[in-house]
Amino acid sequence: MDLKEKYTEQAIWDMIAQIPDPEIPVITIEELGVLRKVEVLTDKVVVTITPTYTGCPAMKMFEDDILKTLHDNGIDNAAIKMVYTPSWTTDWMSEAAMQKLKDYGIAPPVKGTQDKGVLFGSGPKEVQCPQCGSKNTELKSQFGSTACKALYQCKDCLEPFDYFKCI
Amino acid sequence: MREVGRAKMTQQDALINYCLRLGDSSLILGQRMAEWCSNGPTLEEDIALTNVSLDLFGQARTMLTYAANIEGKGKTEDDLAYRRSEREYYNTLLSERPNGHFGDTIARNFLHDAFLYHLYTALKNSKDETIAAHAAKSIKEIAYHLRHTGEWVVRLGDGTEESHQKIQQSFDDLWMFTGDLFEMNEVDEILIKAGIAVDLNEVKKNWNSTVNEVLQRATLERPKDDYMQTGRLKGMHSEYLGHLLTEMQYLQRTYPDATW
Repeated sequence: MDLKEKYTEQAIWDMIAQIPDPEIPVITIEELGVLRKVEVLTDKVVVTITPTYTGCPAMKMFEDDILKTLHDNGIDNAAIKMVYTPSWTTDWMSEAAMQKLKDYGIAPPVKGTQDKGVLFGSGPKEVQCPQCGSKNTELKSQFGSTACKALYQCKDCLEPFDYFKCI
Repeated sequence: MREVGRAKMTQQDALINYCLRLGDSSLILGQRMAEWCSNGPTLEEDIALTNVSLDLFGQARTMLTYAANIEGKGKTEDDLAYRRSEREYYNTLLSERPNGHFGDTIARNFLHDAFLYHLYTALKNSKDETIAAHAAKSIKEIAYHLRHTGEWVVRLGDGTEESHQKIQQSFDDLWMFTGDLFEMNEVDEILIKAGIAVDLNEVKKNWNSTVNEVLQRATLERPKDDYMQTGRLKGMHSEYLGHLLTEMQYLQRTYPDATW
């Protein structure tokens, strides 16, 4: 069977674009910017993805979920290609995805704030509490519950919260 | 890899060795950081230390996978991580130093983070696409590591009398392993000529300025360059690496090819 006759690249893209992030199920691999490219060859489908962080354990899950979704749609001959360039950045995240993060209780990345000075650079100036909206918040730790998040606390409502950090 | 001097080293041999150096240093330091899991001084710090471990494992994986691919003998990154003995490891001597107390770990990692930060900054322009991409990717993660350890060095150095004295001792004890970071041999010579590797003397200048800046801010004294331990370019390590590998490789050594 010639896969090229049966599927367009867009069709494959649409088939897998809605796969959610296993850790943050409100955003998809498309919104996250992990899904980079789809190629349909005569005998196989090649999906190119890029990791958020090199050691992110969710990457294996993304691979498995993509292959499973393709398999469920009758495509068994598929390969995942991992690329590191251009390296993933939170700047690829759409406004809609950022809003979804916020609604889910995670403060979205404040764009363009990545390491001004690597050492002793202050963190993002204004991280808004996703619970009460206050900007009176404090960085507790640059490292949070997953590689991509930092831990903050709101000084008004006192709730601790995750901040999706900029890279 | 062929022994230096026995036969002419090819660029491919050199590249494999170079990838092992990068991959092994991240792997071994990552394993050290994993030892902190559930032992951190505070919950936040425990999470931070293990987050760093995860990043380092990811970086190690990229380089070991690449080394295995170049070698072309059907090995995987896991074979390289779990089936080599200590003499076949090329990690920095600093990365295998034991964790000690929290200040020891912070001092060791700070010196190493600053090294990787400046090394990867330079390697972003490597003519080897995989290494350049790896450097560009990793540096974003290492920037967070360096900021984390740099801030702690200042907090401990410019903290109480006891914390100051303790971390000064940590730097004094670790200093003799910093010379090894910048050692080069035939591998570097071949790869620098090919535009793949970078001159570590240049990296050292930047490393010096970062280290000096932070130590000064931390009211700590930079130890004098005295005797420097050497050997890792030949796979010679301290007694600590064997013990670390024993634990890390236990499962694959005991039950080869086990999967779960």
